[in-house]
Formats: sequence, structure tokens, C-alpha cells
Amino acid sequence: MIDDPVADTATLQPSEVSLATSLASLQLSNPVLSASGCFASGAEINRFYDVGELGAIVVKSMTLAPRQGLPTPRMAETPSGMLNAIGLQNPGVDEWIEHDLQWLRRHGATVVASIAGSSVEEFREVARRLKPHDGIHALEVNLSCPNVEHRGLVFACSTDESARVIAAVRRETTLPLLAKLTSDVTEIVSIARSVVDAGADGLTLINTLLGMAIDPVSGQPELFNQYGGLSGPAIRPVAVRNVHQVHQALPNVPILGCGGVATVEDIVQFLRAGASAVSVGTATFADPFIGQRLVDDLRRWMARYGHRRLTDLIGRVTPFGHGG
Amino acid sequence: MARFPIGQVRGRLDDATTPVGASCEVVVRRREGAYWLLTMAAPEIARRAQPGQFVSIAVESRGALLRRPFSIAKVTRRGAVAGTIDVIFDDHGPGTNWLTRVQLHDTLDVIGPLGRGFPLPQRKVACLLVGGGYGVAPLFFLARALSDSGLRVDMLVGAATADRIHDAIETKSLSVSATFTTEDGSYGHQGRVTDVLDEAIERAGAGVVYACGPNAMLRAVSERCAQRGIPVQISLEERMACGTGVCFTCVVPMRGRDGEVVHRRSCIDGPVVNGAHVAWERTRFGVPSGTVAVADESHGGHPADPQDDFLDADETKLDAGQDATDNSAAVDGPAALPPMIPESPRATRRGVLGKFGPSATPKPDSTLDSDRRDHPDAGDPRRDR
Repeated sequence: MIDDPVADTATLQPSEVSLATSLASLQLSNPVLSASGCFASGAEINRFYDVGELGAIVVKSMTLAPRQGLPTPRMAETPSGMLNAIGLQNPGVDEWIEHDLQWLRRHGATVVASIAGSSVEEFREVARRLKPHDGIHALEVNLSCPNVEHRGLVFACSTDESARVIAAVRRETTLPLLAKLTSDVTEIVSIARSVVDAGADGLTLINTLLGMAIDPVSGQPELFNQYGGLSGPAIRPVAVRNVHQVHQALPNVPILGCGGVATVEDIVQFLRAGASAVSVGTATFADPFIGQRLVDDLRRWMARYGHRRLTDLIGRVTPFGHGG
Repeated sequence: MARFPIGQVRGRLDDATTPVGASCEVVVRRREGAYWLLTMAAPEIARRAQPGQFVSIAVESRGALLRRPFSIAKVTRRGAVAGTIDVIFDDHGPGTNWLTRVQLHDTLDVIGPLGRGFPLPQRKVACLLVGGGYGVAPLFFLARALSDSGLRVDMLVGAATADRIHDAIETKSLSVSATFTTEDGSYGHQGRVTDVLDEAIERAGAGVVYACGPNAMLRAVSERCAQRGIPVQISLEERMACGTGVCFTCVVPMRGRDGEVVHRRSCIDGPVVNGAHVAWERTRFGVPSGTVAVADESHGGHPADPQDDFLDADETKLDAGQDATDNSAAVDGPAALPPMIPESPRATRRGVLGKFGPSATPKPDSTLDSDRRDHPDAGDPRRDR
């Protein structure tokens, strides 16, 4: 830590640490957010602690009409991770506005509404319906959910299709707009560039990686959908690499890092790679208290290593000293 | 996973309707036939638990992230081991195998109680409890609660072999009549519970059937009860990642009054559900022999309901669903739970067993708020992991 150029020399008290950060114009009291699809509506985890303590709640992706999603099995545990194929089960945007949003408002949560769709028009319409409502602080566009049956490519695999969705949503909202991308592409930087050019204010990196598991005895896929999204610590190094790669190319674009965050050390890795905040997903399944705990742990970790401001850590990767 | 010190409890300790996280000392660990039994010191969970609810336990098998869910088989609120809960499980995957190697006085990281439990009859009615394998676990807890309410309890328990009949003596002591079946005939009748279900219903004069066991058995029992017009409540198992309602992996297709099938989370709308309302034809769970009583979609709805409105937390809740705004009256606030008072001085000799927090004050469901009467809960997740 002595070699770390961003660390103060003296150890701090946790109360001296500022966890405040931002994603474009979205101001956050701390960098710990829920990940879309891993926090349901917010009320479920509020049984364990006050979810308003989180930097923000990224809610489960909503579509125009209610969706029942895929049949089961929807989940398979894999080494240090899990596969899921839910199929975007959600109550639909209107129902979400009527119930979930009101609940979140009453609980003082900072809300990032995640929107999904199977056509450009559906994304646009969901954004349009959200537009008149208070209590939504940002939109995250789920371009990359690999689970939904969709003829042809996932949006996030195409620079043009991703840009079309973002441009359409941009016309419907003045809120900070995050594009959530997948790493299942040849080159993520070009996709990132295209959505930023189309109007995205920031990026969420990354969604799950497409995977498969097969029961060796029965020969059946572990998931009804055959393929599912891999999440958890198994994908964290891939996510950190993506964040770093995109941050190097687009240093002024704020990034919400996502993928296998389970500890305070994981958060700091994402920050150093270039993320301004992180989303916690699968770890919430294993520990419903994890979000609350990470906020506490992060404050203590920063004090211990002498970091006064969280924002000082963003993008700070220390080069090796040799070889020059 | 970060573990907290022994005896530590996290959560909304002032609200008895919420699940908590607790670091629980293992006070009994025992092989029972083919299964394992663990008793854990978990005063805050024991205080809150209702029959049919479950706990999820963190396991440390290699590469395992997710907790394992277990029905609560017993809670002890009085006496020397007051403030403990029992779970029964089979060693059939890396997670449960890790649990078999837990030692006495080790601590386990436990979340609970979770899920919607068995709705209890609000009038005098004979109850038949049907269990398969270690699926009897929640039925022991239920049988005690029903007996304590002065209701007749009969039990029908089946398994593949005699060593998979869990605690036949306890089964007999909890019931007016106990019928056993094994597939190899090594104990009780040779065959399956469904072979003798009708007789057991007649003998008990059953006005309601509660069941827990393999899903194929639950389907067969549900369809037979639906045919006979007997209310049936089952504790389902479906693969579950979180147990707390956030992952949407454990859904069960449930048919509403309008015939529409919706996916309900078995961890929060279950694990106990009305077996007659499960859209079994949309599941992968075994097709039983015999007529399918549950309507298919062409019927436009589930069959005429058996008269089951005497069950205190029944389908009015489920059908109204999680988004209902005005069904607060239908939601059973948890009954005030008895304080856990050690009856014997022995209880205080053991460190953890002697520690009791202040009595939690149950209040009307404040957990999920006025307009979100989700039914926090889940089924009996007994899967191979």
C-alpha cells in the first residue's frame, strides 16, 4: 500500500471516508448497487435490511407486456457460479409503475429502471411509459439478455442494433441512460462506442456469459432453455477485463461494473479497472445481507488503506515498475 | 462467504414476520436410517417458524456458491433444547455431503424461516399427512401443530426402502393411524403411497390432505384429492438459487380462477401451494397413472374448488397474487409466538442454548408493505446438490 500513489500515508477513520460517486448525472451515496434481475422489486430484500442503504437499486428488467418466462429448470449451479435462464419473467411496465415503483418511492430508494424488449419499438414504448413518473433516477437498457427467445441475434451483439435501441430510448428520456452490454462479442469496445454515439450516458459491463451444462447420466441439459447466463465469481475476471478495456478506450464514459462481485476486494478491483460503481448480483442469492455488508466493508477497507475518496480509486491501475 | 460469530443474528429483529440470518451452533448431528438429522441452536428462527417453512444453509463444498434449502422438521420452544430447529436431509450431492461432515458445535450460517407454510384449518377437520422419503420432514412439525390445535392427524408415509422411512416411531406417536409403504416391501405395505391413498383418506375421514415428497408423488396425490374434492396442500420442490424471492428460478405454474397460468416463486408464494391449482401438465414432474383431474387449458380454469375456505391462508391469497392491493385482511399475520423459556436449568449450562434474545413482538405484516403482500416463503427444496 505504501507504493500505491493514490493512498494517503496515514490510516483514516471510517467516518473520514467518502463513498460518494456518480454515473453521469446520477449521484450515488455509495457505489454498491443491486444488479438487475438479482434483486426482484426491492421488497423481498427489504425484509432483511433497509434497501435504501444501497447506492441504487437496479430493478429486474421490465418489458411492455407481462411475461411468465420459461419453464423450469431455470437454474444450475456450476463451479463458482450458476447458470440461469428465466426468460425475463416480469409483471410488465404498467404493473411495475403501479406497484413496485410506488413501493420504491416510499422507501426512498434511488431507482434505476432496467428496460428490455424484443424489438426497438418495445424498448422505446417501455421508456415512453416510464417518462411521466417521478422516482426513477436512471434507465438501464438490457441489450444483452441472452435468455429471451428472439429470432436472430441478441441486440448487444450488433453495433447497429444496439445503437438503434439506444437512440430510440434516448428520444424518450432525459434521465441518465446506461447501456448494459454482453461480453459475448468479438470486440466489446466497438459496441460500447456505438451505444455512446447513439446517446448512452454510461455503460453497464457485463451481463452474464452464455453457457450450458448437461447432466451426464440423463443426457438432458440442466436448463429447459439449454443455454443460460453464467454469473457469479466464475465470470469476474472476464468482467474486470471488459471494464478495463472499455475504460482505456473511452475514459470519459462512466461504467457500472457487474459480474461476480461478492467482496469488498472485488469492488475495488472493478473501481481500479475503471468502474465508477458496481452492481451486485448472484452474491445476493447466497447472502441476502450482502449489499448492506459491502457498504460497511468498503468504508472500513478504504479507511484501512488510507483512501479518503472513492472516486480517487477509479481507473487507478498501478503499472509494474520494471521493464522500462 | 463472510461468516459471523457464533450466536450472531442479523435482520429486523424487532419484526417477527421477517426471516433472519443467524450463525447457529450444531447441537445434535445424527445418522437416522438413510438420512441425517441436524439440530441447530437458532432461537430467532425457532421463534418465528411456522410448519412448512424452510431454512437455507450456506455450505462450503468446493465451488458451491448457493445455500441449500431444508424444510424445518421440528422447532423446540421449551425445555432443555429450547430455541433449536431440526432439519433432515439425504446425502445426495456435494452440498448435502458437506453437511454430513459438519461436527457437533460447528456453526452454520442459516437464513430463515422462509416461505409460505401450511395453512392450518380454522375449523375441526381430520387431517391426513402424506409424506415421501425425507419429505416427511415438515410433516412432523405440522403434525405437532395440528395435534396441539386438537385436530385428528393420520399419517401415510412411503419410501423406496425401510431405511428411508424416517422415524416410524415418531410418526406413529404423532398420529391416530400411521400407514407405511415401501417399494421393496421391506416395511409396511409393498408399493407406493398412492396405492393406499384412498384407504388412508377413508380411515382418517380426511377433510384436508397435506403432502410433501417427490414431485411425482405430489402430482399423483394432488390429482387424486382434486378428483375426490378434498382440499390438498403440498410442499413443492423446485431448483432454487436464493430462497428469498429475488432470483425467479424456482417458479411453479399455478392456474388461477380465470384459467390463466402464472409462474409463482416457490420460495415466496410457496413452498406450500394448493396442489389442485398446480398446472402439472406444464411441469416436468412425472405423469401419474390414472385420470388427470386438474383441468387443462381448454376447460378455462381449475376445477370447482373443494370447500377449502376453512384453511386460514388459502388461495384467496395466492390468486390475488403478489400484486394485490387490498387483500391485507386475507393475510394471516403470524400468530403471536410463544416465548422460549428454558424449563430446565440444564438449558443454561450450554452456552448457546442458554442465550435468548428479547421476545420479538410480532406485528402485522410490515415486511413487504401494504400493497405488496408477497408471501415470503418457499417449498421443500430437496434436490441433488
